[in-house]
Amino acid sequence: MTTINLVIMIIYHIISVFVVFVLIWSIIKTKDVQEAILYCIILIPFTLRVFHIK
Amino acid sequence: MSEKYIKTVKIISFCIALILMIMAGRAFYEHRYFKGAIVLSPGVTEVKKLSDYFSPLEGTANDCNIYILDSGNPGGTVMVLGGTHPEEPGANLAAQVLVENAQLEKGRLIVVIWANRSASTVSRPGDAYPQFYHISTDWGVKKFRMGDRWANPLDSWPDPEVYVNYPSRQLLAYMDIRNLNRTWPGKADGALVERTCYAFIELIKEEKVGLFIDLHEAELEYPVISTIVANQNAQEIAAMVSMILTAFEFKRPIGMEFSPPSLHGLSHREVGDYSDALSLLFEAPEPFLDRVRGITDEHLLLTGKDPFVMKAGEYGLLYEKIDEEGWPIDVRVGRHCSTILQSVQTYSEMYPDKVVAISKVPRYAEVIENGVGHYFYDPDEAPTDRVVYE
Repeated sequence: MTTINLVIMIIYHIISVFVVFVLIWSIIKTKDVQEAILYCIILIPFTLRVFHIK
Repeated sequence: MSEKYIKTVKIISFCIALILMIMAGRAFYEHRYFKGAIVLSPGVTEVKKLSDYFSPLEGTANDCNIYILDSGNPGGTVMVLGGTHPEEPGANLAAQVLVENAQLEKGRLIVVIWANRSASTVSRPGDAYPQFYHISTDWGVKKFRMGDRWANPLDSWPDPEVYVNYPSRQLLAYMDIRNLNRTWPGKADGALVERTCYAFIELIKEEKVGLFIDLHEAELEYPVISTIVANQNAQEIAAMVSMILTAFEFKRPIGMEFSPPSLHGLSHREVGDYSDALSLLFEAPEPFLDRVRGITDEHLLLTGKDPFVMKAGEYGLLYEKIDEEGWPIDVRVGRHCSTILQSVQTYSEMYPDKVVAISKVPRYAEVIENGVGHYFYDPDEAPTDRVVYE
């Protein structure tokens, strides 16, 4: 069980890194100000997860 | 909107998000890696790690300190567990009072301050829990970390859909796989908290613990409050202790309840069933945990005063009384200290070949008179080899 949990945890972190990358890419590409602000807010929890802080 | 305007808004938004990220990250990081000082009493003869009893725990968040106070004289062994639920500060504070003050005349005392250390590294921001609380001492203000009921998901994740307790196969709520008082007697290859309980059972067997005490606090809306929950092997001790303390010491009574035989995963059931130790669990009232509470802050945590909880009491919705005096931390710690001392004394009287004699630990009235902070010592004034951080 511990091994499965570890594998899921690693996959989860890889997904989190991917989401952070997609969000930053979206901030750069979007032409909509409201969208850019929204992406910035969403970026906060995902970044904290990537760094294993929260 | 011009390209330049959009770019400016993007940069400002990103910078604000970055600042918020750093501020939040710093607060979470400081809380997770905070180390509290513990000044060892002259009675502490050895500080071990839980991984000494079960090596797979080495290097994990739950590899907590095990404080051993050995009189060197023959007698029994008593174990006191604090920090099972780190959102119940009366428990870990009472355990720390033992470590900083207790001296043994006969037998041995084993104390754990943070049984579920991982749960002490996370709080509940969504419920407005403070990250830290502060206790006034004779030498200044001492800072303590406030925790949660469940281990940190950073250390144990993902949770199952339903938690199946091992080996009873009783179904429990999914998050209780991270609850140290639902995972007894533990599982060697289980999740972090299951392995922690397994390690404690190994400790209890290896150290031949005769009396096991698990310290807790509970909301006043919860029926199991101001009580000693006893495995059937310890019911005589619990009955005697509750009568003595209610008659001679406590302002408000402390009851006694039987551990339900079909309710699995709890220490009062499983420690008694899976080891030779007599198993007890103490509950003190903590209005901070009540769902009907008002402003949730450090003041409520330490004073136990809340008008909303009082109002619930007026409507008969509580299982314990509360008035303007609340349930201050000194009262809660004092109750735990006296209940521990009285249980050890009663155990020693019932088992004369396993006597444990503890001195220098304050009782209920002393803790209330002097404040719990009086029993914590200045780590800067203590010899460095007598200070540990956890």
